[in-house]
Amino acid sequence: MLAPTLPAASPSPSTEATVTPTVMDLFLGFLGLGMIGFGGVLPLAHRLVVEKKHWLNEAEFTDLLGLCQFLPGGNILNLAVAIGMKFHGPRGAMASLFAIIAAPSAVVIALGSIYTRFNGPHLQHMFAGLAAAAAGLLISTALKIAVPIRRKPIAILIACLFFVAIAVLRLPLLPTMAVLIPLSMAVTWRAAR
Amino acid sequence: MTPVLVSLAIIFTQLSLLAFGGGNTILPEMQRQVVEVHQWMSAQEFSAMFALAQAAPGPNMMVVTLVGWHVAGWPGVLVTTLAKFGPSSIVTGLALHAWERFKDKPWRVKVQAGLIPMTVGLVAASAALITLATAHEWMLAVITAVVAIAGFRLRIHPLWLLAAGALVGLTGIGQG
Repeated sequence: MLAPTLPAASPSPSTEATVTPTVMDLFLGFLGLGMIGFGGVLPLAHRLVVEKKHWLNEAEFTDLLGLCQFLPGGNILNLAVAIGMKFHGPRGAMASLFAIIAAPSAVVIALGSIYTRFNGPHLQHMFAGLAAAAAGLLISTALKIAVPIRRKPIAILIACLFFVAIAVLRLPLLPTMAVLIPLSMAVTWRAAR
Repeated sequence: MTPVLVSLAIIFTQLSLLAFGGGNTILPEMQRQVVEVHQWMSAQEFSAMFALAQAAPGPNMMVVTLVGWHVAGWPGVLVTTLAKFGPSSIVTGLALHAWERFKDKPWRVKVQAGLIPMTVGLVAASAALITLATAHEWMLAVITAVVAIAGFRLRIHPLWLLAAGALVGLTGIGQG
């Protein structure tokens, strides 16, 4: 096993030896991640799992992340489940998942009680500003993920169809997906050929 | 289980399994269900909860917890949290083995590429709905616009932008 301080020294990262965490290691690791992960948790997860703890090497991390992006659910939550599962089966998966949502749940409920209990004009103004900023962040996220398809007219058209169906027509998500996902797959595959 | 808890369980299980491309893609459907279909809260309240959840640490889907809490108290928190995070996690756990087998299959990459336009469309829809319900006064619209540009153009930590929005909001300038 490599010394934890010298991960970058390995000439072939894909074969680099990794550390096997216990269920408690997983729990504590993901608990910490849940507490500090403001905004984006993914870079912090990479630092914890690959650089600090060496539970996975770079290639294993990228591969698991690929799986998590492919499946429904938040990437980071899926990643916690997959890592827990990989080392300790369902027990590890549950420990990791519970740990990563425990602290944020407590914080969010505390914020919720403040919001409902002290509902004066100042607090309302402040939360209105916070909500406006959160909306702005969501717009910036939409712009960022749109960058890779900006020169692909067909992909833009499909994105627009989803937008109109969901935001303008307010159609239910399930039937919308049932129609538009196969369409998206078909045209993406044709375009890739 | 009361009828409300059963409804919450059904809604969030469905959302859990439909959340391809992460949590923000199912935000419009969540809003449609809790605001329009069940009328548990106004669109504005939903946006406020989304904002609170964004200000909390951790994964960005903590709005689920708040919705459960608002609708049905602690039992609501338990039910929505289990229903939202359980099914997708079980799928992930089960998929882990298949993934190892199909690792190098080219169709995997293509399926992923096919899902990208959907994610873009759904996140844009989330942004539009949350903005419409939130930025109803001129200063709030200004905050949204400035944060959107800053978040896109500059490498600022999102938490600073949220804090700045809250501070500008606190002054009450440009709000009714």
